[in-house]
Amino acid sequence: MSGKITLIIDGQEIEAEIGQTILDAADAAGVYIPRLCAMKGLSPHGSCRVCTVHVNGRPQAACTQPVAPGMSIENETPELKAHRVSVIDMLFVEGNHYCMFCEKSGNCELQAVAYRLGILAPQHDYMFPCRGVDASHPEVFIDGNRCILCGRCVRASQELDNKNVFQFVGRGIHKRLTFNAPNNLSQTDLAGIDKAVDSCPVGAILRKGTAFSVPIGQRLYDNEPIGSEIESGRRTNDRQV
Amino acid sequence: MMSKPKIATTSLAGCFGCHMSVLDIDDRILQLVDLIEFHKSPINDIKTFSAPCLVGLIEGGCCNEENVHVLKDFRKNCQILISCGDCAIMGGIPAMRNNVPLKECLEEAYLNGVTVHNPSKKIPADPDLPLLLDRVYPCHEVVKIDYHLPGCPPSADTIWEALVALLTDKPLELPYSLIKYD
Ligand code: SF4
Ligand code: SF4
Ligand code: FES
Repeated sequence: MSGKITLIIDGQEIEAEIGQTILDAADAAGVYIPRLCAMKGLSPHGSCRVCTVHVNGRPQAACTQPVAPGMSIENETPELKAHRVSVIDMLFVEGNHYCMFCEKSGNCELQAVAYRLGILAPQHDYMFPCRGVDASHPEVFIDGNRCILCGRCVRASQELDNKNVFQFVGRGIHKRLTFNAPNNLSQTDLAGIDKAVDSCPVGAILRKGTAFSVPIGQRLYDNEPIGSEIESGRRTNDRQV
Repeated sequence: MMSKPKIATTSLAGCFGCHMSVLDIDDRILQLVDLIEFHKSPINDIKTFSAPCLVGLIEGGCCNEENVHVLKDFRKNCQILISCGDCAIMGGIPAMRNNVPLKECLEEAYLNGVTVHNPSKKIPADPDLPLLLDRVYPCHEVVKIDYHLPGCPPSADTIWEALVALLTDKPLELPYSLIKYD
């Protein structure tokens, strides 16, 4: 039985398999759709809306929407770019992002998507919220100032580590990340090697003692835009055709 | 010979790192002085505007009333205003005090801090000292800013590309390698 269908993304025909999300199908075809809350190996969350595409004219989250025959998808349009810039801007002003001393700088997905979109400064006013840091754990620290509430650590802890270390509390602007312990992170069963620690796209969860093992300038997104690895897949395929 | 366009620069709540980065363009500064004349700037110590400028380069955000005054003066006298560096764009390191009430900041700095030596037990309040603002403000929250050059500091190449584009009437489009927030 063949589960293969074809879709169109930005005028280009791609193959997809029934059951895949638009994001997975695009990745496999070498088309990069920006995303933050989605991560390979985790169930989709659909919360950041950075991956919004137009499917037959309607906005949909590519990371949650399954593919279907006859879909015509727009990914790189000025309108969608403006939408993504706006979402990224809001994530920046809603937290306290001091990239100049953040250990994650250069490896940070939020920053990398902003670089790729060419953002030079946010269009909104900074909120300078008051958020805490928890350095109680011997191997891991959490800086709430940088958390973008993507839920990757929540899912990674449950789905990959078979634990349940992180959860969200509160709603709307009061929503924040917390953990399953009365006072601090050291009271949880989080271990330094947990996948949850690596799942954070930004510098909110960091492993202690690793800060500048790779110098600034040689990091993941310092020279190549995020998504290049997906797009280079496409270039190889093109050459084979 | 037609007179050259003028550039003015200032450091508000910054560390002069962005100005160091301007100097870091090395021998290209010779090409720059062919294109442009430095007006009010810490580089030549000209203190007041006596002519309109094409470009104003702002380092640092606004942490006190004097910063606001200088920034507004730049807006009045410069055709194009550039926020140069993360402090001008988002407050930078000085903005770390934005989560702490000003009174607490002053008490920590002048009264309670473990390394404080202040026999008078007073917080400085000389009328000559510019009044601190309640928090540090990014420049574009105080006046209209035309261009932003992120980085801490922006690299010399970023500043060079931007100035050359503006002076030669080209659109300012920074390549991927020059958009950096660190
Ligand atoms: S988490 Fe990312 S965007 Fe935030 S300060 Fe760190 S590097 Fe910058
Ligand atoms: S700590 Fe990191 S992974 Fe967890 S919700 Fe915040 S940004 Fe996402
Ligand atoms: S990646 Fe799809 S909503 Fe976040």
